[in-house]
Amino acid sequence: MDTTTVFLALLLLTVASFFMGRKRSHAVAAGQGGARALHSLPKHYGYMAALWALLPAMAVLVLWLVFENGILARMVVGDLPATVQEMSPSEQGLYFNQVVSYARGATDASMLDAAQIRAAEHYSALVSSSRLIKALLVLLVALCGAILALRRIRPALRARNHVESILKWILFSCSFLAVLTTLGIVLSVLFEAIRFFQTIPVVDFLFGLEWSPQMAIRADQVAASGSFGFVPLFVGTLLISAVAMIIAVPVGLMSAIYLSEYASRGFRSVTKPVLEILAGVPTVVYGFFAALTVAPFIRTLGESLGLHVASESALAAGLVMGIMIIPFVMSLSDDIINAVPDTLREASLGMGATMNETIRKVLLPAALPGIVGGILLAVSRAIGETMIVVMAAGLSAKLTINPLEAVTTITVQIVTLLVGDQEFDSPKTLAAFALGLVLFFVTLLLNVIALYVVRKYREQYE
Amino acid sequence: MSKQQSLKATEAIQASLKKRYARERRFQWYGRLAVLTGFVFLFILLFDIVSKGAPAFTQHYIKVNVDLSQEVLGLDPGASEQEIFSADYLGAIKTSLREMFPGATGRKEKQQLYRLLSIGAEYDLRDKVLADPGLIGHSSELWLRAHSEAGSYLKGQVTAGTAESERKVKDLQMTWLDQLRDQGRTESRFNTTFFTEGDSREPEMAGIRVALYGSFFTLLVTFAIAFPIGVAAAVYLEEFAPRNRITDLIEININNLAAVPSIVFGLLGLAVFINFFELPRSAPLVGGIVLSLMTLPTIIITSRAAIQSVSPSIREAALGVGASKLQTVIHHVLPVAMPGILTGSIIGMAQALGESAPLLMIGMVAFIMDAPAGVTDPATVLPVQIYLWADSPERGFTEKTSAAIMVLMGFLILMNALAVYLRRRFERK
Repeated sequence: MDTTTVFLALLLLTVASFFMGRKRSHAVAAGQGGARALHSLPKHYGYMAALWALLPAMAVLVLWLVFENGILARMVVGDLPATVQEMSPSEQGLYFNQVVSYARGATDASMLDAAQIRAAEHYSALVSSSRLIKALLVLLVALCGAILALRRIRPALRARNHVESILKWILFSCSFLAVLTTLGIVLSVLFEAIRFFQTIPVVDFLFGLEWSPQMAIRADQVAASGSFGFVPLFVGTLLISAVAMIIAVPVGLMSAIYLSEYASRGFRSVTKPVLEILAGVPTVVYGFFAALTVAPFIRTLGESLGLHVASESALAAGLVMGIMIIPFVMSLSDDIINAVPDTLREASLGMGATMNETIRKVLLPAALPGIVGGILLAVSRAIGETMIVVMAAGLSAKLTINPLEAVTTITVQIVTLLVGDQEFDSPKTLAAFALGLVLFFVTLLLNVIALYVVRKYREQYE
Repeated sequence: MSKQQSLKATEAIQASLKKRYARERRFQWYGRLAVLTGFVFLFILLFDIVSKGAPAFTQHYIKVNVDLSQEVLGLDPGASEQEIFSADYLGAIKTSLREMFPGATGRKEKQQLYRLLSIGAEYDLRDKVLADPGLIGHSSELWLRAHSEAGSYLKGQVTAGTAESERKVKDLQMTWLDQLRDQGRTESRFNTTFFTEGDSREPEMAGIRVALYGSFFTLLVTFAIAFPIGVAAAVYLEEFAPRNRITDLIEININNLAAVPSIVFGLLGLAVFINFFELPRSAPLVGGIVLSLMTLPTIIITSRAAIQSVSPSIREAALGVGASKLQTVIHHVLPVAMPGILTGSIIGMAQALGESAPLLMIGMVAFIMDAPAGVTDPATVLPVQIYLWADSPERGFTEKTSAAIMVLMGFLILMNALAVYLRRRFERK
């Protein structure tokens, strides 16, 4: 039986246990005055039996699926001849993959040696017995759970409380998934990054001024060592983010001020959603816009002014990224400005200050920490933005702060290193995870600082 | 303060008033200018996409007098269906084109002549003949698909104004196309191929069907995972969570996850789901799982707001008549909060639909021609298809990319409109 069938059988069993539980609650209460003698409603006894049937069996099924492949592989590899046992892990993996694809009928026997064919037969046998055991075990556990629950049903059993406490644990584990996700991100990125730092020293990575991840395939090849200096990528990322901020902060901030302090209610209710469309446009659309419309435009414009502009200039990518971030800056500053108490506004206006003076001398200084926090959040978003720069920024890492030249960013390099078929163990792919680690921590740091600043600011006026 | 001094001060203030008011007006204009800038950017973006993409919804056809005699097709009388299927349709098309334009003699000229029609024309012809075997044996006037370059000339995107070396439609082809047009042998139709085909190397044969299927399956997985878990997490945090360290930890994590760059989720998917759990690459299953982890914070945060806004009187009434805490939540709080929760979920789904960066990491960038039948088949999604086409240098693909963007934006507008509608109804209650 394959997994889907097992799963369906398990669901069927669960539904059956529900009805049996309900029936049994009626049966045990029959001698004592009917359903009124029960502590909980009959359906709660049914739910209890169903949960007992489903949950442990599901756990077994999931664990089995997670560990099945690994254990089977170890069993097959363990029986292979000694020459295979002495291979390096990656060679062994390749050797074993051939066995698996033959066993699944994906390749023919011509590519394999006799030992592999024997191993493939062994593997097929193991897979089919594993399937059988899995099905039997899962259904057995479900059955045991159901029977255990059914036997416990008495009129005095607090079935509802029992079901509710199980459900509360399920609710808790759903919210705990957020912690597990973070943990998963940190561990997966960290684990691969550590493997990367075993070949490339951390110092070379963090302070190296050159980035060219082309590694030689053979050891004797010329220019065998790629260089993995992180600095040009970081400078490129900051350059593009800076261009984006130069566009987004004035436009976003001024729009927010105008809309919250000057504009009429009607104008505001139309304008704000329209500008927020910019936030809903998928980033790949911005990337297309940047690469095919803005970049050629800037290039032609620059050339007509006698400037040399690269066709994948940082200016184009940054400009479009700035457009993307405008609504983000706008709605954050809007929140912050609205949080400034009206008493400050009215005091200033009452002293005869104009609105402009009130905004510049009272509101903005009061809102400054919040606005800085909002801008930090926007910077973190710009640093992590991927599609615009993948499509519109360059690939070669140049250490420059001239926005008319092509630079590359952290995210662009992660994508180029990982897209396409690659050996998973090479420093080239592992470098992507090291970059991911840096990206994660830089954005995390910015977010934590920003959220802290914004929260402190809000508390100030609460 | 003497009277004279105060008079002076008043004068000074009055003198400065003009300047201050001017400044005030200037400042207001800066504000208007900022809002206008945003509008202008939005307008340019949308205009650019629509003007580039609109032509992709039409496809030109050329009427060719095709000689389908048995000799040309290489068929014997009474040929089986199999033989008809593999007959020489390309030869038939080439012969017919040569007959229509006997002027094309050299090898190069003939090549140009054949390039008026799409590579797919051969298959169109085959399907026509298979559908109506009576066509065999004589010539008939048939509409065949034009090549995308010929199409771009017929659509007026390429003109004779550009130097011949800089365009793919050559002068000779232009004369032929002009002749065909004058004879009423060209026609522009709605491009159904764009919606019914998968990816292709030829712009006129490429479509978004596979991407639509892929997006559908991916979103299905995302919704199936993110919605129940998100709502459950929101219910726990709003109604049951005790104030302690673990709850704080969960809340901090949710807020941080909302700001983690999407590409990092892709790295997680690659390392955990593909390399560790060995789930299939390029599959909507993995894409959906990754996107659901990414949209979870959005769903949790909006669901919490919706649950919070349910008036406490409903809770108290239920608790007062003896419902348990869980019964109160499931029977009374959730139904009232549901429109708000759905609004948030739809917005989360819209985000997931437009997302592409994490999907690049898990290999959903493959060239795929056949629509996936399930969540474990290799597929691509609409935004990734846009990314792939945007990289192709042909003019025909630029057009297709913009058209795919229009379709994607259409879906996003639909989803957001639904969310706004739900919110409005919710507010009226």
